[in-house]
Amino acid sequence: MAFENAHITASAVAAVEYPDLVRQYRVTGVPKTVVNERVEILGAEPEASFVAHVLESIA
Amino acid sequence: MDSRTPDELEATLAGIDAPVTLVFFTQTFGCDSCLPARQIVDRIASFSDQITVEEYNLVLDKDQVETYGVQRVPAIAVVGQADVGIRFYGVPEGHELVSLVKAITLVAAGDSGLSDESRALIGSVDQPIDIQVFATPT
Repeated sequence: MAFENAHITASAVAAVEYPDLVRQYRVTGVPKTVVNERVEILGAEPEASFVAHVLESIA
Repeated sequence: MDSRTPDELEATLAGIDAPVTLVFFTQTFGCDSCLPARQIVDRIASFSDQITVEEYNLVLDKDQVETYGVQRVPAIAVVGQADVGIRFYGVPEGHELVSLVKAITLVAAGDSGLSDESRALIGSVDQPIDIQVFATPT
């Protein structure tokens, strides 16, 4: 997604190394995706539904 | 979940046909995982002449830290012809390594691999979206 739009950035975070972020975003299982600090996506999702969820962050 | 073996990752990297820079951020003190992360980055780069590594220091190299928007180490920015905003934080092992190799091939190819529908939706985004994916090696 970051590739398709300059407004979008994407980070992969190794959860075990950043316990502060794990606490901050209440990561209790992986993968967990946090979009704009407010939309949370738990687990892996099919592309279309993942994209829809990500876009909820600016809806 | 992708379960490619190290040999397959190696072959994938060897097949890259456009330049990719792995911009690596480290710091001198208080980062136990920076050295192992750098070693993996070097190993990845060793499989392709197209991959180069640049290293910067989170504390000393203020300009690059600001340019790439990095706040933690170890961090890797995967940069092709342009920086599209792809970052990896921590030691890229296991699933993370597979994801990193995938990101490198995507950036090299200049193609996200997404469906036309996804591209259309994403293309119309006109405000910042920051996506953080938390993962573990296994």
